[in-house]
Amino acid sequence: MCLAMPALIVELIDNNRAVIELGGVQKTISTLLVNDVKVGDYVIIHVGYALSKLDELEAQKTLRLFEDIAK
Amino acid sequence: MKYINEFRDHTIAEAFAQEIAAQVLKNRLYHLMEFCGGHTHTIYRYGLPSLLPPNIKMVHGPGCPVCVLPIARVDYAIALAKQPKVILSSYADMLRVPGSHQQSLMHAKAQGADVRMIYSVDDALQIALRSPDREVVFFAIGFETTTPPTAAAILMARQQKLKNFSVFCNHVLTPVAMRSLLSQTSDDIHLDGFIGPAHVSIIVGSQAYQSVADDYSKPIVISGFEPLDVLQSILMLVKLINENKHGVYNQFTRAVSPQGNQKSQAMMQQVFELRNQFEWRGLGWIAKSALKINAAYQNFDAELRFPITVNSSEEHRACECPAILRGAKNPLDCKLFSVVCTPANPLGACMVSSEGACAAYYSYVTNQKMKNHHENKR
Repeated sequence: MCLAMPALIVELIDNNRAVIELGGVQKTISTLLVNDVKVGDYVIIHVGYALSKLDELEAQKTLRLFEDIAK
Repeated sequence: MKYINEFRDHTIAEAFAQEIAAQVLKNRLYHLMEFCGGHTHTIYRYGLPSLLPPNIKMVHGPGCPVCVLPIARVDYAIALAKQPKVILSSYADMLRVPGSHQQSLMHAKAQGADVRMIYSVDDALQIALRSPDREVVFFAIGFETTTPPTAAAILMARQQKLKNFSVFCNHVLTPVAMRSLLSQTSDDIHLDGFIGPAHVSIIVGSQAYQSVADDYSKPIVISGFEPLDVLQSILMLVKLINENKHGVYNQFTRAVSPQGNQKSQAMMQQVFELRNQFEWRGLGWIAKSALKINAAYQNFDAELRFPITVNSSEEHRACECPAILRGAKNPLDCKLFSVVCTPANPLGACMVSSEGACAAYYSYVTNQKMKNHHENKR
């Protein structure tokens, strides 16, 4: 129920809506709950709404920590 | 899929497993509660228990909004669906949850009620716009992840002056529930730390749990939903417990900030207020743990538009959902599990919900493990 997925913004429709793409599927969602999203941003989507932008720098940092563990 | 696959890498999972095994103290038990049903599913779907040393005990929490909704509220939703002119719109999860006498919204639909499954609350608004002669009621459930979309929909309904849209509000709150769990000290549950919710935390911020962590001296690690996130969080918890540290720590830094999504918080405050108390399956009545629509937006409140008295509700007598939600029992302890209660024929919410512990066990726990569990209990 509270599960959400990171999806790529491929198009902005108006102030409140965007088209996202995830796993090859495109869907129109609401951007009412977030500020300043652009095409190319990743957002976390839940029940048709973007809840936040994914911070790609932080994602890379986390992935590097994972690599450190594997060494 | 980007930002998903990299967080499921199995070589790294094994590296985490080794590091966790190296860090656990030999004679110590670690009782870790994953609050969120979504985390329960990740743990079982990716076989994480087989990667963890035996001194780590995962305790399943009540973070499944479908599971914690008491039967009386399901009965109310079914009664709403049967009102004349009503279109009851609901997220998919709730449609098969049994209310009293094992009746669900799907049964009501089969009997002629207009029950519609929707993906987003915006779909319910669209139905209301297209059907001005019908009364559209949206069955709102969920923790703080799902509450802002409901608030947004009510604000849009106000803006569009919709007269035929209302919300049956059952939104519940996470930090309060954690506090209630910790305060219900009993012999059957012991908790050393929490894996904190991922997406609830995007909305409320990691700071929201600080007072719970401080007051009960527990470590809470906010974790992403992918298996490597959970493993990293478990490693962090083991180290914190070893060092007797408490407080809130954030593993899900790519999406969670200390203050959370303030735009969402503002919308929620504009539309909702706290209920004095609310009944939770498994946890009982908890003060200030749930939301209702406030006076300014009361014309969108389905409970005011359709006041219905629901007779006292009946759980299935042998259903162990309440104990499972408290972390006191696990699905394999329920006599009905996989014998009579299955995803095709669910007797309780924990088996229906995509985040329920019983559904997770049914899908992912092997027969061998079930046998081992029952043998260990003798």
